Amino acid sequence: MVTRVISADHAVAWGVRLGRAEVIPAFPITPQTLIMELLSEFINDGDLDAEFIPGESEHSVMSIAVGASAGGVRTFTATSSQGLALMHEMLYAAPQIRLPIVMVNVNRSLGAASGIWLEHNDSMPERESGWLQVYVEDNQEALDMVLQGYRIAEDERVMMPIMICLDGFVLSHTVESVAVPDQQEVDRFLPKFKPMNVLDPADPRLINPLVPPEYAMEMRYQLDRAMDDSRSVIKEIDELFGQAFGRSYGGLFDTYRLEDAEFALLSLGTATTTARGVVDEMRSQGKKAGLIKLRFMRPFPEKELRELAKDLKALGVFDRSVGFNSFGPLFTEVRGALSHLHLPITDHIGGLGGRDLTIEAMRDIFARIEENVHGSVEREVYWHGLRGQQR
Amino acid sequence: MSDEIKDISKLTIKDVPNKDYFIWGHGACPGCGVAIAVKNIMKLLGPETIVYVPASCLVVFGAQYPTSAFEVPYFFTAFENTAAVATGIRSALRRRGKKAFVVGLAGDGGTFDIGLQALSGAADRNEDMIYVCLDNEAYMNTGIQMSGATPFGAWTTTSPAGKVIRGKRSFKKDIDHIVAAHGVPYQATLSIAHWNDFVRKVEKAKQAEGFRFLHVLTPCVPGWRTEASKSMEIARLAVETGMWTLYEAEKGEASLTYKPKKMEPVIEYLKPQGRFAFMNEEDVNTLQRWLCHKWWQHYKDEVEAPPCYIYSAEKPMHMDGDPLHGA
Repeated sequence: MVTRVISADHAVAWGVRLGRAEVIPAFPITPQTLIMELLSEFINDGDLDAEFIPGESEHSVMSIAVGASAGGVRTFTATSSQGLALMHEMLYAAPQIRLPIVMVNVNRSLGAASGIWLEHNDSMPERESGWLQVYVEDNQEALDMVLQGYRIAEDERVMMPIMICLDGFVLSHTVESVAVPDQQEVDRFLPKFKPMNVLDPADPRLINPLVPPEYAMEMRYQLDRAMDDSRSVIKEIDELFGQAFGRSYGGLFDTYRLEDAEFALLSLGTATTTARGVVDEMRSQGKKAGLIKLRFMRPFPEKELRELAKDLKALGVFDRSVGFNSFGPLFTEVRGALSHLHLPITDHIGGLGGRDLTIEAMRDIFARIEENVHGSVEREVYWHGLRGQQR
Repeated sequence: MSDEIKDISKLTIKDVPNKDYFIWGHGACPGCGVAIAVKNIMKLLGPETIVYVPASCLVVFGAQYPTSAFEVPYFFTAFENTAAVATGIRSALRRRGKKAFVVGLAGDGGTFDIGLQALSGAADRNEDMIYVCLDNEAYMNTGIQMSGATPFGAWTTTSPAGKVIRGKRSFKKDIDHIVAAHGVPYQATLSIAHWNDFVRKVEKAKQAEGFRFLHVLTPCVPGWRTEASKSMEIARLAVETGMWTLYEAEKGEASLTYKPKKMEPVIEYLKPQGRFAFMNEEDVNTLQRWLCHKWWQHYKDEVEAPPCYIYSAEKPMHMDGDPLHGA
C-alpha cells in the first residue's frame, strides 16, 4: 500500500489501473477529464495493459463500451453531465444485455443555467436506466468503489453495469490522502472477469435481437430480480473488501450517531461530510441529531430505511437537484419508502449549480428538521443558500 | 472460395461458396435488395464473422428473439452506432487474441444521416472492420421517409408529391466521397446486378486491413414502388444511367471497375419506379443535368463523352391519376 495525495479523479484512475480494465473508451468533458488523462498516461507508459479508444462522442463511447463488454472484456469509462445525457440511449442497452461495465460519473449540472459545477441533476434522471448507482463521499471511497464496483457488477448473481457518482470539483479536483493498494492485494480481491454471453464465432449467439412481446416482459423481470439480488451482494462484497483492505462502507448505506437520534438527515455525496460536522455540533448542545448516509440510489434500500427511521420523530432529505414543481428525486424516493410511518419528512434542496453548501446552510437544514420534531412543519420543501425570499 | 488462392481480379460469381450464413426463414419482401446483398456477403465472409446490425429493415427481418437467419454471432443495440459498437467488439477480440471479421450491416439512414458521426470517428481511427452500407435510398423500415441517400425528385412519405413541393428537393449525398476523405484502406460501391464485380470487392475488403467500406445499392420493392421481379433490372439501369457508379479505392487510389458503353437517359431508370412517377419535365431535366455532370466527373475521357440527354415529355408520366404509378 502506498499513500498518495491525489484528487478523486486520479484516485479513480488508480482504481481502474489496479482493477486491470482492458478497454477504456472515453470522450473529454470537465470535470471528468483528469481520469482519462491519467489513464492515458498509465497506458502510454506501459503501466496499464489496456486499449484507450478516443470515441468521437459520449454516445459512441458508451456504444464502444457495450461492444467491448459484449466481446467479453473488462471495460471502463467515465463521463459527466452533458456527456451522460448524450449516452442516455445507450445506458439502457447495457443492463438488459447484462454487461458489467463500470462507469464513473463526475456529477456536474446538466443543461441550461449552464455551468461546469456540481449538481446531481445529471445522474439522478438515469436512476431508472437499470444501472446500479452509488454516490461516494471522499477520494478513498472513489478508488475503493471502482474495485468493489467490478466485483459487484461481474458477480453472476448481478451481471449489471454500475455507475459510480462523485461530486465534481469538491472531490474530482480536490486532493486528499488516499491509500492506494498494491496490485497483488487487488488481484486477490478481484478475480479475472468471466463473461457469461460473449460474441464469439466459436460459439455463435444472438445477443439482443428484437424481442417480441412474448419474451420482453420476462427479460425485464429477470433484470428487476437481479437488481434486487444485488442488495445482498453489495453488502457481502463490502464486507469482503473490509477483510482484504481494512476499510468498508456499510453497503447500501451508512449511519452516524443514529442509534438514539430523535431527528436525522439523509444525505448522499460530499454533503454527508458537512452534515457529520453539524451532527457533532448539535450533539454537543445535547440535541439528538443523527445522519443516514445513503450510498446506493439503485438498488434503493427502502426496507432498511423503514427500519432505520422507525424511531425517528423527524427526517430531512438533502437533494442536490430538483424536480420542478414537486420535490427533489431523493425526497420522492425516501417519502415513498417511508409512506406508512407517519413520520414528518422535509426536503432540503441546496448546492445547485455549484453553489457552496456551507456549514451555515447545513445548520439551517438541521434546525428545520429539529422544528419538525414538534410537528411545527411550515412547508415540505426548503431551499437553502438561496438569495431572496422563498415563497 | 476454393482453397487454392485465386487472383481476385479473376473471381466470378461461380466462386461464391455454397454455404449460407444468412439462411432461409427471414422475413424480407420478395425482391429485397438488402436480403440479396446480405445473403451473398455472408457467404463470402464465412463463419469467422461477427455481425452488428443497427436499427433497419434487416434488424426486423434478419433476427427476432429467439430465432435468427444469421448463423454467426449477431448483435444489435441502436440506430446510430454501428461503427462505434463494431469498434468495441474489435477491441475485445484483440484483447482476447481472437480473429474474426467484424461486420456492420447498416442502412442508408444509419450511415448517411444518424450514423455518420460514428462512421467518421471509426474511419478516422482506422478501426479494423468491414462497414457495409445497404442503400435503399430512404428510411424504409419506418415507412419510406426520405434520407440523405434519397435521390432528387423521389417521392417518399416525407417528400410527398404535393401541389407546391414535389418530391425530394436536394440531391443524393455523396457518402463515398465523405468516406474517401478519411483516407480509408479500402472502399467500394457494389451493385446486385454486377456479381463478378461484387464478389471481387467483398474479397478485397476481406483481405484488406483497417476500415473498409462497402456501399451497395439495394432496390426496395415497396419503397421504390417497383415489381419484385424487376430489382436486378433496376439495379442494372442505375449503373447504365449514371445513377450508380461502380468503383473502388485502395489506399486512396480510386479506379472504375465497370464502364457503361454509353449513358442511358435517366428516364429509363425512372420509368419503372413509382417513386419517380409524378416528376415533371423540369425535374427530370434537373436530375439529368446533375447526372451528366456526375458522369463526367466519374468517367471523364475513359467513357466517350456522353451527349447529355434532356428529357422532353410527350405525355404526363402518370396516366391513371395515381401519382405512385409509373408510366
